[in-house]
Amino acid sequence: MGLALTSTVSLTGLIGNLIDVEVDISEGLPGFTLLGLPDAALSESKERVRAAITNSGESWSNRKVTVSLSPAWLPKSGSSFDLPIAIALLMAQGFLPNLIEPKTVFLGELSLDGSLRAVRGVLPAVLAAAKFGADRVMVPAANYLEAKCVPGIEVIAVTNLRDATSFLRTGVQEDFLIESYSDPTPKSQLDLCDVAGQRVARNALEIAAIGGHHLFFIGPPGTGKTMLAERIPSILPPLSLSAILEVTAIHSVAGTLAQRDLLSALPPFVAPHHTTTSVAMIGGGSGAIKPGATSIAHEGVLFIDEAPECARGVLDSLRQPLESGSVTISRAIGSVTYPAKFLLVLAANPCPCGRFSGRGRGCTCSQQSIRRYLQRLSGPLLDRIDIRVFVEPPSRAEMASEELGESSEVVRERVTLARQVAALRFSGEAWDLNSQIPPGHLRKRYCATKSAMNFLHMELDKERLSARGFHKVLRVAWSLADSRGHVIPDESDVITAYQFREGMELFQ
Amino acid sequence: MGRNQILGAKGEDLVAVLLEGRGYQIIERNWRIKDGEIDLVAISNENILVFVEVKTRTSSAFGHPLEAITREKAHRLQKLALAWLVLHHKWGNEYRIDCAAVTIPTGSDYEIDYREAVL
Repeated sequence: MGLALTSTVSLTGLIGNLIDVEVDISEGLPGFTLLGLPDAALSESKERVRAAITNSGESWSNRKVTVSLSPAWLPKSGSSFDLPIAIALLMAQGFLPNLIEPKTVFLGELSLDGSLRAVRGVLPAVLAAAKFGADRVMVPAANYLEAKCVPGIEVIAVTNLRDATSFLRTGVQEDFLIESYSDPTPKSQLDLCDVAGQRVARNALEIAAIGGHHLFFIGPPGTGKTMLAERIPSILPPLSLSAILEVTAIHSVAGTLAQRDLLSALPPFVAPHHTTTSVAMIGGGSGAIKPGATSIAHEGVLFIDEAPECARGVLDSLRQPLESGSVTISRAIGSVTYPAKFLLVLAANPCPCGRFSGRGRGCTCSQQSIRRYLQRLSGPLLDRIDIRVFVEPPSRAEMASEELGESSEVVRERVTLARQVAALRFSGEAWDLNSQIPPGHLRKRYCATKSAMNFLHMELDKERLSARGFHKVLRVAWSLADSRGHVIPDESDVITAYQFREGMELFQ
Repeated sequence: MGRNQILGAKGEDLVAVLLEGRGYQIIERNWRIKDGEIDLVAISNENILVFVEVKTRTSSAFGHPLEAITREKAHRLQKLALAWLVLHHKWGNEYRIDCAAVTIPTGSDYEIDYREAVL
């Protein structure tokens, strides 16, 4: 009796697959069959589509309706199939012209009254549509700005099914309200000048930003560890255009776009609570595999406060993304890879009671319990952390000073400059940050001055430095050299880098 | 007879008239056994046995009349058709099951949606 075809995009991670939605209406008892491995949200689509069609003034066919989503072997999830199914149904009944050109991709969830609701993952879906050669895409008005970020594809935004059908009949687009994603209340812009004192920690922050070194703050409660970490995105160079698209796509899939300005060049900052699970950390979930904190922090900062309180498996799950810059999650429905390249910042109290600092006068913990506390962090994880700083409580003079510290803008300029120097040096190499220099190269092409190397070898001889520590000191020394304008790290750079391993004895 | 039974009988009459108009021969009406009832049994022009389930409504406010035929009811109709064939020694005879939706709104003309071989 009728046959029609529309297209949509289904996401596997960030990768879009073009899906054909075929509708066949045949003689028989009224019924609706949905084929093509739909998940629970998608199976419920038939009830939404039916109500939306009748409540939009269109008529529902009391025939045997078969909807097939192909490729049939690919598991599909989500509610964005409502609109393509509804449009194909109306086409199959002859209520809408059968549309072949221009090639259109439909995305959107229908509510029972026929209005279109925003869906997750519009940006990666539209990117995929453009890649597959679609000429235009029809999206819910609430997703308009997100879809509009993709160049080379016409975006038709509609607020309800009625507007969608009238557009397909007449080619006239109804007006709609552009919904802005960003929170109407202005976010307080965090700036490094808010931090009182903390000269050493500030310097560590800057070096970490230059070389992409992971950081570990140790300090008593209330000294500003969180405050410092939160301000790292403000001193990182703005994201490149491709990074912006990637970060926005991840946030779109994770459904966290509302927490960020659309197409913001500010590196993300994610601070999962220490009771978080490893699934929340690296991603997963039954049904659609969602990105975790590591991917939401992609190109930005992942801050874990009270790190020793984390379940051990959770912190160790960070090792794969730290190693490869991506996470691969495998579930029954398939396996998904999300990018996860982030700057890790761990913070911890120096001891269970938290008062072990300075001369440790207030601390009531035994030596053993202090050692055990920080030993909860596994060796392989600490291996990846180049800079360790004690964050001391600010002194009386620092708190009383009315002078503000350096602002983020000043620091960011220095970081950007230093990164440019490093990028120039590493042109032609497989890496672009100092923290990524492989050990072999550190001993050959990228070693420090002779006197600096002598200092390190002496420390090695005295068994105060391990081979692993040796490489880490050199990497940090390169970042220090870049920030100080040295062509290669000299003795002062190496000594400062050596000092950034403060607190090592607590871990041994 | 209650209001609905009267309506049902009226719907069955209308369908019987429709089928006779097509040249079918009605051989049984409201054949009832313990497990249920077949509304109409007819023989088509091609000598096929036709079992007809008739659903009658005054409006489609509560959905299309044929939506009332659930999977369970469809299964029962199939069993009833086989029972009829066995009891009438027509085993092996070609047959089909049709459904008819009759809408009789008060004050306006009736409408019949007749669907062949739907089960």
